[in-house]
Amino acid sequence: MNAIFCLAGIVIKELYRRKDFYVLFVITAVITLLMGTVTFFHQAGIVRYLKDICLLLIWVSSLVIAIVTTARQIPAECESRTILPLLAKPVSRWQVVAGKFTGCWLACGLALVVFYLFFGAVCAAKEGRLPLAQYFQAFWLQWAMLAVVVSLALLGSVVFSAPSANATICFSVVAGILLVGAYLEKLAALQPPILAWLLTLLYFTIPHLEWFYAVRERLVFDQDLIAWGDCALATAYAAAYVGVILCAAWLLFRRKPLTA
Amino acid sequence: MSSEAATIRTQPDARLPAAREAVIRIEGLRVEYSRGAFGQGATVAVKDLDLEIYAGEAFGFLGPNGAGKTSTMQVLLGFLPPTRGAAYIYGVDVRQPIARQRIGYLPETTSYYKFLSADELLRFYGRLFRLRGAELESRIDAVLELVDLKAARQRLIKTYSKGMQQRVGLAQALINHPDLLILDEPTSGLDPPGRMKVREVIERLKAQGRTVLFSSHELGEVETVCDRVAIIHRGELKVVGSVAGLVREYQMDLERIFLKIIGFTPPPAQP
Repeated sequence: MNAIFCLAGIVIKELYRRKDFYVLFVITAVITLLMGTVTFFHQAGIVRYLKDICLLLIWVSSLVIAIVTTARQIPAECESRTILPLLAKPVSRWQVVAGKFTGCWLACGLALVVFYLFFGAVCAAKEGRLPLAQYFQAFWLQWAMLAVVVSLALLGSVVFSAPSANATICFSVVAGILLVGAYLEKLAALQPPILAWLLTLLYFTIPHLEWFYAVRERLVFDQDLIAWGDCALATAYAAAYVGVILCAAWLLFRRKPLTA
Repeated sequence: MSSEAATIRTQPDARLPAAREAVIRIEGLRVEYSRGAFGQGATVAVKDLDLEIYAGEAFGFLGPNGAGKTSTMQVLLGFLPPTRGAAYIYGVDVRQPIARQRIGYLPETTSYYKFLSADELLRFYGRLFRLRGAELESRIDAVLELVDLKAARQRLIKTYSKGMQQRVGLAQALINHPDLLILDEPTSGLDPPGRMKVREVIERLKAQGRTVLFSSHELGEVETVCDRVAIIHRGELKVVGSVAGLVREYQMDLERIFLKIIGFTPPPAQP
């Protein structure tokens, strides 16, 4: 665990010493504050639109941070050859994979905390109340979903030597799952047998990130809390995918040549 | 004739340490790189190498570019799995991460995390060796002093000159007070004071009874620093023995021995 947390610490340090996070946070903050100052037709429900847009920005920004930060991890280490002195220490390749994952996931969590604090402050100023349990659930489930995204991007960073290719593919896969993941089964019912079978297989294989996205609507429309048991199941679902994807990343990284 | 039969092994030199504990043991090592997607047309980088390096000696690993030196070092460091054979460091199979607990390694060319300062970088590497608290602080102070970077310890590495980055590399290789130091062309690209510093460090480690394995193209330097050398060519070990023994046997300096063994004929001198 020592090596894993040492590596995670380096990843977090890299995030806060780069400009990516600050740029995204400032963009999110500026757009949200500008939206907050506008009162369309003096409607009382304007705060719902504000929350919707602010949460969408948080989702997009956190996905950008997760994918961009993770996609460059292994290729950058190989290209700059920093991987050589690292693996010359008593560190196994599994620890490198686990450390990179932990670091990227914790870094996403830190970014998410900042985003949600800002979101909570803006909404509390507009609504005059702060439903902490709802915010915590939204934060937690989004963070669990980001764990799956980070592990996917890490797997990609072992496969692809160019971080840009990995990031593009990861964005496409994640956007594809979020947009059409839920409809694959219905789509399968309309197809000829072989294609239907393939689509059904795909439906049951992919991580259903859109389930986590649904929590955003609950926050926007002030719906009841999700049962805590369901939250735990969703967390276990994400953890299972993370475990499988990280094992695949390790199996590929185990025999990967270290220099570009 | 097999590669084993072709290898020349000279008699041990009187200067060598009396205790002959093998720190590195390489047995029948073969490294192949496959060229095709299905492993066809493999290039053999190292051919059935047998070698032992003993405690307390400075060992020079020589060969022209592409001879198999770096591949052998990569196997020793666990970067590359051997195609056949095995290698052991202090009796531990090199494929086990724990085999690297007592090693310091300086790669030929590398860069370090540029968003960290030298102090943070050394703290990170030190923690990977489970160094903590006062012990870690004293090690960081000691290695920074050794490489003359104490004044710049808080500056980010991206602001360092090339020579300073090389010295950070040397500092990280020494952070765990290694019993075995592996240096891959440590003086390549260094200015004369930088070379002097590396040589000084090697001499100091030798005096402390530590083992140093290094590859270099600077044969004069190897002759000065090393107790024993091995010359490898096209993946085959051609000669291994003490520097003094080889010089005595061939009646020429190490550079000429090296050129003779690799079959290089210098062009005739211009009038």
